[in-house]
Amino acid sequence: MKAADYDLVIIGSGPAGLTAAIYAARARLNVLVLEKVAPGGQILVTDWIENFPGFPEGISGADLVMKMTEQVRRFGVEIETNEVLSLDFSEDMKKLTLNDRTISTKTVIIATGASPRKLGIPGEEDFFGKGVSACATCDAPFYRDKVVAAVGGGDTAVQESIYLTRFVKKVYLIHRRNELRATRILQERAFANDKIEIVWDSVPTSVNGSIFGVESISIKNVKTDEASDLSVDGCFIWVGISPNTGFIKDALEVDKSGFIVANAKMETSVPGVYAAGDVRNTPLRQVATAVGDSAIAAFEAANYIENL
Amino acid sequence: MSEGILEVSDSSFDSEVLQSEIPVLVDFWAPWCGPCKAIGPVIEEISKDYKDKIKFVKFNVDNNPVTPGNLGIRAIPTLILFKGGEQLEQIVGMVGKPKIEETLNKSL
Repeated sequence: MKAADYDLVIIGSGPAGLTAAIYAARARLNVLVLEKVAPGGQILVTDWIENFPGFPEGISGADLVMKMTEQVRRFGVEIETNEVLSLDFSEDMKKLTLNDRTISTKTVIIATGASPRKLGIPGEEDFFGKGVSACATCDAPFYRDKVVAAVGGGDTAVQESIYLTRFVKKVYLIHRRNELRATRILQERAFANDKIEIVWDSVPTSVNGSIFGVESISIKNVKTDEASDLSVDGCFIWVGISPNTGFIKDALEVDKSGFIVANAKMETSVPGVYAAGDVRNTPLRQVATAVGDSAIAAFEAANYIENL
Repeated sequence: MSEGILEVSDSSFDSEVLQSEIPVLVDFWAPWCGPCKAIGPVIEEISKDYKDKIKFVKFNVDNNPVTPGNLGIRAIPTLILFKGGEQLEQIVGMVGKPKIEETLNKSL
């Protein structure tokens, strides 16, 4: 094989990418981490992480990612701000086209994570930043003593709704089914919180407002078809995630939702290319699972290079 | 947070931003906002490339509620570019360096 620019290129620097960087650096691989925006990913918007071992009091998402970044830098790994525009996996030496150049590498770990999914209803885009939000830790203080809607029923929707109640007067938690999907401890906290009113069996149909921002949300009961409006000053949307895989096109096998298919060794459909964390087709998307995926992916990448 | 970028308040907003001779990019942030902390260094890096052309300032919405209220800010990070006292461009949410540069270049 011709000399490659790198042994390993890690795309993304959330908990998955950062963990892969630590393991790769310790395996003495010549590694580059690429980050489109800034290290962190989705956990930056997580107020408090209570289920990552080692932090008995919990830790904020931003603090956890800063500690991980510090650890990566301690091992001398550079995190470059750049974007992967396209991939070429047709030869053993993989090529990545970035904003300003093309690089070659023996192995790749894709750890680009996922982004909050949108509802796709009228008003959602128009009022983004003017009442529509996906980040309670960023925006909740703007809604002190106001009434807001939250949409969703999973862990994120329920946990963030509970967080909102520290500031707001009331949260309407709008959920399309008649039971929540969130983990039990979160459900119990939500049911016990008298600022949260759950609007069951309902889906939002539009976000409405004026130049002053959001003023109401229209909803429809999926069982009775009855439509109604709730007066709210804000609307937080937590209806799941979509993988950040736009740059992959058809270079790798993905599942029907677009998540990268990878096996227990994090191997994708292309030898030497691994997927780790939320971008992978995995039953659970947590910081704990992301770091586990990445340790395996970096280990397997090092093995692959050894056998070239 | 980051060093080297002027911190503007409710009381200095008029003189530092609205009355500025050159365009001003205001980074509205708060200590409790993770994405704001994450893009702080990105903005600082960009500020070096636009030295003398665009003034970069930070505005802590936690300590200074009046200006964000007047501007209708309900989400952070929000970046607003002011020129001659007018709002020229606004970016809401966590965005990368290319997007910020593209927005700034439009105004030059």
